[in-house]
Amino acid sequence: MDDLYREVIIEHYKNPSYRGHLDPHDIKFEDNNPLCGDHIEITLQTTEDGTVKDARFDGHGCAISQASADLLVESIIGKPLEDVKKLNKQDILEMLGIDLGPVRLKCALLSLKVLKAGVYGLGEASDELVD
Amino acid sequence: MSLDVNEIRKDFPILQRKTHDSVPLVYLDSTATSQKPLAVIEAMDTYYRRSNANIHRGVHTLAEEATALYEAAREKIAKFINAASARQIIYTRNTTESINLVAHSWARSNLEAGDLVILTEMEHHSNLVPWHMLQEERGIELDFIPVTESGLLDLDVYKALLSRGPKLVAFTHMSNVLGTINPAAEMIRMAHAAGAVTLVDAAQSVPHLKVDVQTLDADFLAFSAHKMCGPTGIGVLYGKANLLENMPPFLGGGDMIKVVHLRSYRPNTLPHKFEAGTPAIAEAVGFGAAVDYLTSVGMDNVAAHEHEITDYALERLEEIPGLRLFGPDAQKKGGVAAFTLEGVHPHDVAQILDQDGIAIRAGHHCAQPLHEKFGIPATSRASFYLYSTKEEVDLLVNGIYKVKELFG
Repeated sequence: MDDLYREVIIEHYKNPSYRGHLDPHDIKFEDNNPLCGDHIEITLQTTEDGTVKDARFDGHGCAISQASADLLVESIIGKPLEDVKKLNKQDILEMLGIDLGPVRLKCALLSLKVLKAGVYGLGEASDELVD
Repeated sequence: MSLDVNEIRKDFPILQRKTHDSVPLVYLDSTATSQKPLAVIEAMDTYYRRSNANIHRGVHTLAEEATALYEAAREKIAKFINAASARQIIYTRNTTESINLVAHSWARSNLEAGDLVILTEMEHHSNLVPWHMLQEERGIELDFIPVTESGLLDLDVYKALLSRGPKLVAFTHMSNVLGTINPAAEMIRMAHAAGAVTLVDAAQSVPHLKVDVQTLDADFLAFSAHKMCGPTGIGVLYGKANLLENMPPFLGGGDMIKVVHLRSYRPNTLPHKFEAGTPAIAEAVGFGAAVDYLTSVGMDNVAAHEHEITDYALERLEEIPGLRLFGPDAQKKGGVAAFTLEGVHPHDVAQILDQDGIAIRAGHHCAQPLHEKFGIPATSRASFYLYSTKEEVDLLVNGIYKVKELFG
C-alpha cells in the first residue's frame, strides 16, 4: 500500500499542477472508464511544427487516474507530437513508479488513452493505444 | 432469539483464510456475492462424485438420481418462497436472465408501442437495460418512480404514474446500493388496482428476508442463488401459473419441447418450457443445499442478525468526519452501507482497505442512474450477511481512519 500510494501520487492527486482546460485548443479528447466512472479530458495547444505548446487535463476519478494524468501532461509539454504517439504503458508505470494489477492499470492508463486518441485524431479511444 | 455468529462462521471455510500472506479476511461484499457454507460445497462435490448424469429422459440409475436431485431442489426453493407449486419455479442463470426472460417472453407478447412500463430510479442495470432494449425495439414508454433524498421511493409520484394505466410495474425489493427495503406488498396492491402486472427484482431480498410470494401477490419475482449462500450460474424466475402458461418459450432447444418435427415443434409444459438445453444441474443441487442451510438457520434469525450489524455499522460510520452515508435509516434498510469519503475516491478507499484484508466494493454497483441522481460518480459499499460481526465493522472503521490519514 505504501508503494501504491507513494507520496508523489497523493501529492499530484491533491495538488495537481496541470488541471484545467485550454481555450482555445488545437486538440481535445475525453473518455471515461466505464468500470469506475473515472473521467479524463485533455486539451492541447500545438505549434505549427507539431510540438505540444501547452496542455491541461480535467476530470474526476481515483488518485491513480488523476495523478497519472497530471504526470503525463507535465511530461509532454514541449515534446513533439510524434514522441507523444510513442508513449506506452511502461512510460506511465515509470512515471508513477509503481506496479499495478489489471484493474488499477486501467485507471492509470486512461489519460494516455485519451491523449493518444486525441493526437491521432481518432473517433474513439481504444485499449490498443496503450498496450 | 438470534443466531450464534461464531458457530455460523465455522460453516464457511473461506472465512478462515488470510489475504496478503497473513491478514485475516474481512468479507464485507456479500451484496455482490455471498460466501458458501461447507454444506453447499459438499452437496455439489458429492453430486459430481456420485450422481453426475444428464437429467430427464435417462433411464439409468445416475440419470434418475440427477433428475431427482435437480427437481428436489426446485421443490425446496418453491417452499422457501412459499410458491404454490414447484412448476412456477423456472431455473435461469441469474436474476438478470430471469428479468430478460420476462422482457422477451411476456413483454414481447403483451406490450405494444406506447404501452407504459414503470420502473424506479434505484434499479440495478439488470432491471433497466432489458426495458431500454424493448423501448428501442417496440417503442414502449418508460417512466420512473423517483428516489427521495433519504433514499426512499416517492409513492405519491408512483400513485400519479399509475393513473396513466401502465402495463407493467418492475421494481427492486431491496436496493443494492441504498439498502432500502421497498414496501413491495403495498406497491403490488396499488399496481394491481391499476391493472398492471408486477415484476419484483428480489436479488437482494430473498437472501436476507423471509419472502412469501403469495403474501406479496407478486406476478413475477426474480433472484439468484449466489447471493444466498448458493453457487453462481443459477437463478430463479417465479411466476404466477396463468401468466407463465400463456407465455411463449424463451430459448429454443432440447428439454423445452414436447414434440419436434422437421418443420415444427410443440413446447413442453411448465417449468420445462423455459429451460432449454442442459441446465446447471450441480448448481441446482447446490442451490437446494443453500436453501436447506438458510432454512436451518432461520430467515428471521438471519434478518435480525443483519439488522443488528447494520445498525451498529451505521452508528460507527456516521461518527467519521467527512463520511457521507446514502440510504434510509437502519430500520428501513437491509445490510448495506454505501458511502463517500470527502477527498478520496471510492476506488482508493477499497484498495487501501484491501491491504488490511477488508473486502468492500467501489464503483457504481450497476446502478449508475442512481449515482447520477445523487450527483456522485461512485460510492464505497460495505455489506453484511449472517456471518458478519461487529468486530469486522470495527476493523472497517479503523481502516477508513487509516485512509483519511494517508490522504491527509
